[in-house]
Amino acid sequence: MIELRNLTKNYTTDAGEVNALRNISLTVGDGEIFGIIGMSGAGKSTLVRCINMLERPTEGQVLIDGKDLGALSPAQLRAERRNITMIFQSFNLLMQRNCLKNVCFPLELSGMKKKDAAAKATELLRTVGLADKAKAYPAQLSGGQQQRVAIARALATEPKVLLCDEATSALDPQTTHSILSLIRDINRKTGITVIIITHQINVIEEICSRVAVLDNGSVAETGEVREVFSNPRSEAARRLVYPASFAPEYTETDGGGSA
Amino acid sequence: MIEKMFESGAVAEALEILKNEFPLALWETFYVTVAATAFAVLLGLPLGVLLVAGEKDGVLPIPKPILHILNVIINLLRSVPFLILMIMVFPLTRLIVGTAVGTTASIVPLVIASFPFVARLVESSLREIDPNIIEAAQSMGATPMQIVLKVMLPESVPSLLSNITIAITTVLGYSAMSGIIGGGGLGKIAVNYGYYRYKYLVMLLAVILLILLVQLYQTVGTRLAAKTDKRLKHKK
Ligand SMILES: Nc1ncnc2c1ncn2[C@@H]1O[C@H](COP(=O)(O)OP(=O)(O)OP(=O)(O)O)[C@@H](O)[C@H]1O
Ligand SMILES: [Mg+2]
Repeated sequence: MIELRNLTKNYTTDAGEVNALRNISLTVGDGEIFGIIGMSGAGKSTLVRCINMLERPTEGQVLIDGKDLGALSPAQLRAERRNITMIFQSFNLLMQRNCLKNVCFPLELSGMKKKDAAAKATELLRTVGLADKAKAYPAQLSGGQQQRVAIARALATEPKVLLCDEATSALDPQTTHSILSLIRDINRKTGITVIIITHQINVIEEICSRVAVLDNGSVAETGEVREVFSNPRSEAARRLVYPASFAPEYTETDGGGSA
Repeated sequence: MIEKMFESGAVAEALEILKNEFPLALWETFYVTVAATAFAVLLGLPLGVLLVAGEKDGVLPIPKPILHILNVIINLLRSVPFLILMIMVFPLTRLIVGTAVGTTASIVPLVIASFPFVARLVESSLREIDPNIIEAAQSMGATPMQIVLKVMLPESVPSLLSNITIAITTVLGYSAMSGIIGGGGLGKIAVNYGYYRYKYLVMLLAVILLILLVQLYQTVGTRLAAKTDKRLKHKK
């Protein structure tokens, strides 16, 4: 179980304090696929990066199965990160390693023998449907294929939690759908907990059971996906569900009428 | 000067010198540049890594004053003209090699002059890396050392090779200069015959060989860099 308790993150910049996260509390159950949606700048990336302590929260706690990540030593935290892996919008594969070696990478980090790592990586590439691309380099793959390799890499250490930060935002709808199906299959097979960060409502609808709507660093609303999207209570959720009615209105001057 | 250069006596003499002295000089220049560059990389690579990894938000932050001192030392060494630096390090050269003149002795000032340059080149190579890739490695629990050795350096190999090529051609230029005060190789021939004895044809030949050597280094370096770069899509 993942528990976020009163997470707050402030950045100090030249322009002053930025309150990226304000007092966020969420609980995500084991095996759940949980969505976090919000407009650009809402604090989604900051929030996921706090979950694995890539970003230290200014206040509050992240508890994974009751373990407070903020209280761990650097070495303990590194070990724990093998349990909470992450995929990214830009895939972030190592460009000078072929696919197989990319999947081997986290296993190498953990000290697994090269041969065992290669065997396991081969198996994982098969799981994501890319057994034939083991020797290919990331630059030779499409975006969707690169994300599959990244998923295989993220699964290599058999994590309990998979964090996806805009993992499908760079992909076309068809590829998005196939990546989401893959994630759901893996979730069903392994019981991995998945947190999906996105600004796309259809991504949440397709795969998540519950969703939190993030607005300006705070949780505006949280609940079952169907519930939240069919009956949005907060303005932030309504803005996501009915974007058209919130679009900036045409005025006489910048409409077509002046010609 | 041009006509005199190609008088039959001068040509015959130049060919004689070409046959007797150039093979050794060419070898000396080659050996000095490769050895000096190798040592410069040995010192400059870790230093360059430190400049990037040691920053405040680098993977292995080091105290700011230390980073500052390193930068100042590098800038100081880089701003001393090579010939003057060579004279300044005579005592050090004597300490390490036993003498301050000769081919091998010239390696010491060449290394001192070029390792700060190499550090800067390494720094710029490492800064080209996408920070997201480093963050991804951190998210997988990589230690700072693992990030340096398994991510930063391997990911920048093609760029490092291009930059080391720049370094070795620069070292070649310095090594030719070192011929003026005791260094060996093609530079010494060019100075001895061209400057002191007005045998311009010999000097010209030495310069041509230096140019060819630069071409050789550049071609090999460029090929290696392209060959190791897996970001290029067209390869099999
Ligand atoms: N390192 C930083 N320093 C200062 N401010 C930051 C930093 N990172 C994020 N912020 C600020 O925090 C807020 C939330 O940013 P974040 O990247 O989490 O948003 P997001 O919801 O992921 O947006 P997007 O959908 O565009 O990716 C923004 O106002 C941003 O400017
Ligand atoms: Mg983001």
